[in-house]
Amino acid sequence: MNEPALCGMAQTELDRAEPLFRKGNTNCGGCGMSITLQMLRHAVAQRQVQFIVPACCGAVAGGAFPQSTFGVPTLMTTFACAPAAASGIASVAALNGEDLRTIILAGDGGTFDIGFASLSAAAERNEDILYICYDNEIYGNTGGQRSSATPAGAVTTNTPEGKVEQKKDILAILAAHRIPYAASVSLAHAEDTLRKMRYALDQKGFRFLHVLSPCPTGWKSEPALGLELVRLAVRSGLFPVYEIFDGKRHVVNIEPDFSDEALNMYLSLQRRFQKSGLTAADLRPAIDRYWQNLRSLSGRIVPARRDA
Amino acid sequence: MTVELLSANHGAALAATLAARANRKGRGFCSGVYPITPSTECMEYLCQQKIEKGRVIKVESEHSAMGVCIGAAAAGARSFTATSSNGLAYMFENCIAAAMLRLPVVIAVANRTLGPPWNIWADHSDALTLRDHGLIQFYCADNQELFDTVLSAFRLAEDKRVMMPAMVNMEGFILSHTVAQTNIPDQAQVDDFLPLTDIPHRLGDVPHTLGQIEVPHQTEVHRWQHHNAMLDVPKVYAEIQKEFEGVFGRSLHDIVVPYRADDAETLIVSMGTIGVTAERAVDMLRAEGKRVGSLRVRLFRPLPTDAIRAHYAGKKRIAVIDRNISLGLGGILWSETRALADPGAVVQSYMAGLGGGDVRPEHIVKMLGDLEPRKIAGPPAMMEAV
Repeated sequence: MNEPALCGMAQTELDRAEPLFRKGNTNCGGCGMSITLQMLRHAVAQRQVQFIVPACCGAVAGGAFPQSTFGVPTLMTTFACAPAAASGIASVAALNGEDLRTIILAGDGGTFDIGFASLSAAAERNEDILYICYDNEIYGNTGGQRSSATPAGAVTTNTPEGKVEQKKDILAILAAHRIPYAASVSLAHAEDTLRKMRYALDQKGFRFLHVLSPCPTGWKSEPALGLELVRLAVRSGLFPVYEIFDGKRHVVNIEPDFSDEALNMYLSLQRRFQKSGLTAADLRPAIDRYWQNLRSLSGRIVPARRDA
Repeated sequence: MTVELLSANHGAALAATLAARANRKGRGFCSGVYPITPSTECMEYLCQQKIEKGRVIKVESEHSAMGVCIGAAAAGARSFTATSSNGLAYMFENCIAAAMLRLPVVIAVANRTLGPPWNIWADHSDALTLRDHGLIQFYCADNQELFDTVLSAFRLAEDKRVMMPAMVNMEGFILSHTVAQTNIPDQAQVDDFLPLTDIPHRLGDVPHTLGQIEVPHQTEVHRWQHHNAMLDVPKVYAEIQKEFEGVFGRSLHDIVVPYRADDAETLIVSMGTIGVTAERAVDMLRAEGKRVGSLRVRLFRPLPTDAIRAHYAGKKRIAVIDRNISLGLGGILWSETRALADPGAVVQSYMAGLGGGDVRPEHIVKMLGDLEPRKIAGPPAMMEAV
């Protein structure tokens, strides 16, 4: 079976036979979380996993009682406590000698905002949890309000003129907790995504994957263009794809070409940026500053935009 | 069995520790804890214990403390936490989640009033905010009773007919910090008394989702099942009392505790430590020839309406003393039980000891002096105003 979302990658006998995310779910077309779960299915393969899902689109996508859309045992928690509940589940699995991967599937609201204290504390305790944040840069369930993951310039239902504040740098915050593994994930780069998921699944301690998750409903974009938007965000340097080991070693995985054309296309293909009229020229200084810092952290010199 | 000198906080933690160890051959024990005055000593004591196949996680908030307990119970382990006042208020959302997910977490609450303005002393206003959400609630009056109730709460909460969280309440400082001789059973006795934790809907190998979306008629059915499971609590508890006596050789307190109540014309009704004070007031008034009795309500949720109605029957005057106030209504125990009295009986609300105010037998005698001439009940009265 070829799944378009996986860039045509074939399913093999090594993959998990049952989907993690079953057909008939209620996600919008083009949802990045759906793609994340399809990728995760390939990465999980034969490993035993359980999901912990705080309030987020995933809690709706999980389906209505008594059916379950998730193909693994799943606990829905209150909005702010997925990392705490996952700590309990992972601890009991460890006490019983079970080889279980405890996976949190959370949106940006539950990660950057309301669940932040619980996330920080679980990271500080280095709990044996894989935390996957599918970041659609908006409160999706409640109809599209700003979160601290919403980028400046984006119109949401409660920032009608466009958000003023910058997006939180969640990966740097997690890196500051010195957790074993933190990485940003581009769904448009399937090999890199699968490699990171597999690596993260097999590490011990707290692992964090930050997935830029296209949201046609919230971004006011074409559902079929989700992965293309992610590719543009990566190409232009807007969404840096890198990984951090033990909060120290920074490795850039995908080199952008820092194309202004790509950045302008990224902005113009989403109606959420229309009102603020953002262009590449507005974003470029901040992107350059970010990459200068990332270069110094990763110690890599080429290829770089050294004229910035 | 040994006798130890313990505070009620430490007693609660020791009961939880023994219960935790008793599940070492099951799926173990896991607990999330966070400090708050006057409950802190309970979690400190728990953190100092060695628990085979157990882990106590020191989290960053009460909300997460109950979050850990939810995860632990969802994974099939025994679970416990302790808190107080604003900590319980902060935990509120997850207490409800634990109840609605039907997870048998035991919670020891050192009752303290809510703030700000900050006041660290006792009243029941913290725990009573959770009265409507499917958690069993006990209110205790002394150290031994608290120890026994915490131990039994595990058995009650984990009974398949019940399967919901249980809160065991002790008034902050008044009981939580009182040190008294407490009979502590051996581990082998506790092992006999507590079956291994078996949560039938725990996350296992089969894909299923706990806590997912449901539609109105499913919610109604689940609430009704939960309600009926609560109504079964007195029956299940009576069985546990028999088991308790068999294993430990002493009795476990009833859900309501009457004192010289049978031939009384006037009844003093209360919860927690005020109930013991009321018994001293009864003795004082009986010495004057007054036919007064006391009723201490130990189980508040489910409200044992049959037992309370039986004790209210034939009483002409009932003083319900609440260490709480439902602002805009009056005492909560009063408002919940006044309809259980005989028609024509005077059921008067007195609120006393809010924010940790001392309630002494003389205060209660004074209240009864106020009650005696009344032909009908007046508006709820605060002790300071009587």
